[in-house]
Amino acid sequence: MTAIEDDRAARPPGVAFYRNPRTHRIVVQSLVVLALLWLGFELVVNARSNLAAKGIGSGFGFLGNSAGFDVSQALIPYGPTDTVQRLYFVGLLNTLLVAVLGIVFATILGFLIGIARLSNNWLLAKLAAGYVELVRNLPLLFQLLFWYLAVLGTLPATRDSASLFGVIFFNNRGVVLPKPVLQDGAGWVGIALLAGLALAWAFGRVARARQAATGKTLPTFWLSLVLIVGLPAFALVATDFPFGLDLPHLQGFNFTGGWRVIPEFAALLVGLTIYTAAFIAETVRSGILAVERGQREAAYALGLPARRTMWLVIIPQALRVIIPPLTSHYLNLTKNSSLAVGIGYPDLFAIFAGTALNQSGAQAIEVLGMTMATYLALSLATSALMNFYNARLRLVER
Amino acid sequence: MSNTVFVRSKLLPPLPPPEKRRVWNFIHGPGDFVLTAFCLLLLWFVVWPAIKFLLFDAVWTGSSRTDCLPENAGHAVGACWPFIRAKFSQFIYGFYPDSERWRADLTFVLGAAVLVPLLIPRVPYKMANAVLAFGVFPLIAYFLLVGGAFGLPYVETRSWGGLLVTLVVAVTGISVSLPLGILLALARRSELPVLSIGAVTFIEFWRGVPLVAVLFFATFMLPLFLPPGVEIDAMLRVLVGISIFAAAYMAEVIRGGLQAVPRAQYEGAMALGLNYWKAMGLIVLPQALRVSIPGIVNIFIGLFKDTTLVLTVAIFDLLGQLRAAFADPNWSSPSTLFTGFAFAGIIYFVFCFGMSRYSLFMERYLRRDHAQ
Repeated sequence: MTAIEDDRAARPPGVAFYRNPRTHRIVVQSLVVLALLWLGFELVVNARSNLAAKGIGSGFGFLGNSAGFDVSQALIPYGPTDTVQRLYFVGLLNTLLVAVLGIVFATILGFLIGIARLSNNWLLAKLAAGYVELVRNLPLLFQLLFWYLAVLGTLPATRDSASLFGVIFFNNRGVVLPKPVLQDGAGWVGIALLAGLALAWAFGRVARARQAATGKTLPTFWLSLVLIVGLPAFALVATDFPFGLDLPHLQGFNFTGGWRVIPEFAALLVGLTIYTAAFIAETVRSGILAVERGQREAAYALGLPARRTMWLVIIPQALRVIIPPLTSHYLNLTKNSSLAVGIGYPDLFAIFAGTALNQSGAQAIEVLGMTMATYLALSLATSALMNFYNARLRLVER
Repeated sequence: MSNTVFVRSKLLPPLPPPEKRRVWNFIHGPGDFVLTAFCLLLLWFVVWPAIKFLLFDAVWTGSSRTDCLPENAGHAVGACWPFIRAKFSQFIYGFYPDSERWRADLTFVLGAAVLVPLLIPRVPYKMANAVLAFGVFPLIAYFLLVGGAFGLPYVETRSWGGLLVTLVVAVTGISVSLPLGILLALARRSELPVLSIGAVTFIEFWRGVPLVAVLFFATFMLPLFLPPGVEIDAMLRVLVGISIFAAAYMAEVIRGGLQAVPRAQYEGAMALGLNYWKAMGLIVLPQALRVSIPGIVNIFIGLFKDTTLVLTVAIFDLLGQLRAAFADPNWSSPSTLFTGFAFAGIIYFVFCFGMSRYSLFMERYLRRDHAQ
């Protein structure tokens, strides 16, 4: 297209200026710029007169005001007298918490279900397909409300909590989990784990070099497993189990000890994980199916056993297809976490753009602008990170 | 490798043939056995109780919550279907006045009448049909539903609700976002830098923020940007927000379609002396849109599911009405919640599953068509 336009633009002089495509371009673009400028000017003028009429101030001074309400879950110390700015960070951390955990769980569940859909086991494949179809075709907010109102909301009251093995308790005020407590010597276990990882990595290199030189393979997987699991286990025994569990127990009307998860968080995490896992499963399935049949057959013809074919031939090629859509699923999960506002989990959107907007005298334009900018930044950062990874993966290609 | 050359001198016995892939491959080695047992457990603990709840233990007749209590029903109580019957009109129309409901029904029928032929590939006059569906039908639907003209009494949008709102939001979103998305996609691929940068910024911005934020933006911020004295309806604000949001996604799908049109098609059109709009409208877009149909349907599915978010800005679609119905003390029984979710879930599932099957069908149809 460009070539043709340029060709026309380079006509001999003598074409009237108003028929010259180059003039057309300049005129069209100037008109667009003018229209945008005019629109922006109108918006600013309208906003200023509207704000003045309603007596709403402008600027970010409100961030220093006291927020005036409490939040049911805060990762940093927070009270009702703290500033709106601190409230913003409380919300941001809550959003990041649910997004990161959701991404981890959804990836694990999604890969399992995606592989299950390709299983030779008829029953397993059909069940996985049923899961994907059911979950993908129901709105996310519907699912969140279902988990929140119907499943968690109908759990028994605190006094009659349902329990799992006597250590995890479910009631209508959330889930209570045992909390791990570090004691003296826990550091040694961590060091042993790191040492195990380092040794396994070094051994992997040796094994690879040996395979390249002689064609003989070493049992890398089993030895790595022994190193990574065995060393910390040995350290655990040697330091006499430096981990304690702070078990929750019922005292009066409430639980003491343990780690209480608010029901909103549990519902949001379960809902986001289950919803996103269905999409990831489809991506994984199509990624594996996208690897040509000939690749597997060629690997078998070379004498690679089934598991090595999977790890050395199929998965590296499938990942290239899987990663770009996987990125957008992660982005969607992060953006979807804003549905917390529908069930009252105190994420960035719910407490900053929701409650603070109504209660703390915050200004709509600034608050929503900040919230949207935050989500935009999260989106752009994730997609930049994933593009970088994707580019690295692509370099392997010839 | 250098000096040893292996030459086989004896014929090897043939290997057994590769195993046939069996459909009923349940108990094939210990791993498979464990998987099958796991699946059966899952069926027993999840699927069977669900069926029992929906059908066998359900209460089918009654007039209030007391009929759905185990002591009155005489057995363990599953779904409480009388609850749905009592609230049915609320789920479908919200608080649309009783005497005017025929208008909503007529809109549903008209909508189906223009959409169904559009969706069947064999029915001719696609262009006229599309104009009817995306140009004429919205106008008729507007006057039918809102009224205030042609002797129809005015119905304020605040009383709309239920499935009616879900469908209005979804259909408006798609019919506005389609043309807007085409323009944005063309602008993004334009060689004029102002247009393409503008389009990229617009698309990436709206795709980067969550829909809830867009809805809050439309509800709380949009009125501030309008000239003083201009008030717009809450429903209209939401429709504006949803349409912009959907247009950004639509633009990306159509851009994909435009990229799938071979370059020679553009060049051929130019060589024939067609100007830009004719080249696009007559040669490129018809091909690009055809390829994008499955993607467009997928956006529609997403939009249909996303309509539930309007409940965060106090507009009561199907899910919003469901939530409102749960608050009714006359019907609060242990199984009311599950019954309500089952009912709404079936409606959402039927719509979305139907559309996704259609999208698959179109994909296959187009592929077959191309192969010929």
